[in-house]
Amino acid sequence: MNTEEYIASGILELYVYGALTDAENREITRNLKQYPEIRTEVEEIEKVLIDLSGTMAPEDLEHLLQAIKTKLARRSAAIPVHAKRSPWLAYTGWAASVVLLIGLFLLFNQNSDLKNTLNDTKNKNIQLEIEIADTRNEVERTKTLLDVMRDPHMLKIPLEGQQAAPEAYAAIYWDKENHVAYVDAKGLPEPPEGMVYQIWSLKMDPLTPTSIGLLDKFASDDNKMFELRNANASEGFGITLEPEGGSKTPTMERLYTLGVVSS
Amino acid sequence: MQQDLLITQLCQGNEKAFERIYELYSRSIYGIIFSIIRDEEVSEEILQDVFLKIWHEASSYDPEKGRFFTWILNITRNASIDKLRSKEFKNSQMNVKGEYFSDILESGNAVTGKIDAIGLQKYIDILGPMCKKLIDMLFFKGFTQKESAKELQIPLGTVKTRNRMCINKLRANVINQ
Repeated sequence: MNTEEYIASGILELYVYGALTDAENREITRNLKQYPEIRTEVEEIEKVLIDLSGTMAPEDLEHLLQAIKTKLARRSAAIPVHAKRSPWLAYTGWAASVVLLIGLFLLFNQNSDLKNTLNDTKNKNIQLEIEIADTRNEVERTKTLLDVMRDPHMLKIPLEGQQAAPEAYAAIYWDKENHVAYVDAKGLPEPPEGMVYQIWSLKMDPLTPTSIGLLDKFASDDNKMFELRNANASEGFGITLEPEGGSKTPTMERLYTLGVVSS
Repeated sequence: MQQDLLITQLCQGNEKAFERIYELYSRSIYGIIFSIIRDEEVSEEILQDVFLKIWHEASSYDPEKGRFFTWILNITRNASIDKLRSKEFKNSQMNVKGEYFSDILESGNAVTGKIDAIGLQKYIDILGPMCKKLIDMLFFKGFTQKESAKELQIPLGTVKTRNRMCINKLRANVINQ
């Protein structure tokens, strides 16, 4: 440590003033013990400050010391000397302590109970808030879907059930201009494990299928409405059941629904 | 160290140690109180309170946190400032003149002859106006570096070194005496 620089920084003056933080004070106290030159410096600073402030006092303050000592003596004499106390006082004291302890324990218990209840309530609140947010999102989505269906530019193509699933039904809402197709898959059965519905755009002459997407979120979507991009000049749409990940060409044995765009 | 021993004895309730401490610090403490209060009678009252506190609370002094003088200094400043702010004192002292310790001589608050006017004058003569203000704030009134810098409108980073220069002037003066 460069003690010369340390001393020149002026920090020791502030140390004597008491203008530093607790941590700084402790550090300087340590250095002061280690380096005699720092200690000497601090003592000299202290001396000049004591001298400076001392010039503002009268030469003799002896009479005040006497006054202080009188006050001290009076105060120590004022401390009452206790007479021997009867034992019942001690017993009541103990009894009171026990009662107090029990009381404290009960209060402590009550307090933890209240804390637990408060926590539970907080958690429930959070859950409710999440539910409300979910519901709001759901409502938003439903509104959007309603708008989609009401849009006069939207082409509606019903897809009828085919041999593989005669009961199945689906519909495509196609916004030709914006290249968006909405698939209403409410009438399709839940796909079996490991399988997924694939949507195809069809050209009729010759029959050319082009995949426009998979309904891989089928199970998790309650509305069963799916938005897909379709920039094709589609003449029809078909839905097949394919292994997870989809296929390059449709598996015709598992063609569920099919419909033609009416021109 | 001799001083450490003195403080240990004080904590043990040794009256001789207390008298020695009174001898060492009472004039300085009185000066600090008087620089803030500017009233002899009230200063004497506070001085007594400060020493009663030193006697009763000596064991709460922690040498790791600083000098014994600094501990006393804090007690003194706090007691004086508390008094200064008290309502009864405010009412009785509507016209305290002067702001800095160095004004004592000019303000007429001090009855000349009761204080060491020559000694004080010597110190004041060698200090410039900035030094008087700095020492007044940092030492007598216990301002922080930040508060002093703001009050004097000087950069915070210069407070430490400027103040050191001021103290050095005082020390040179003491040696030359």
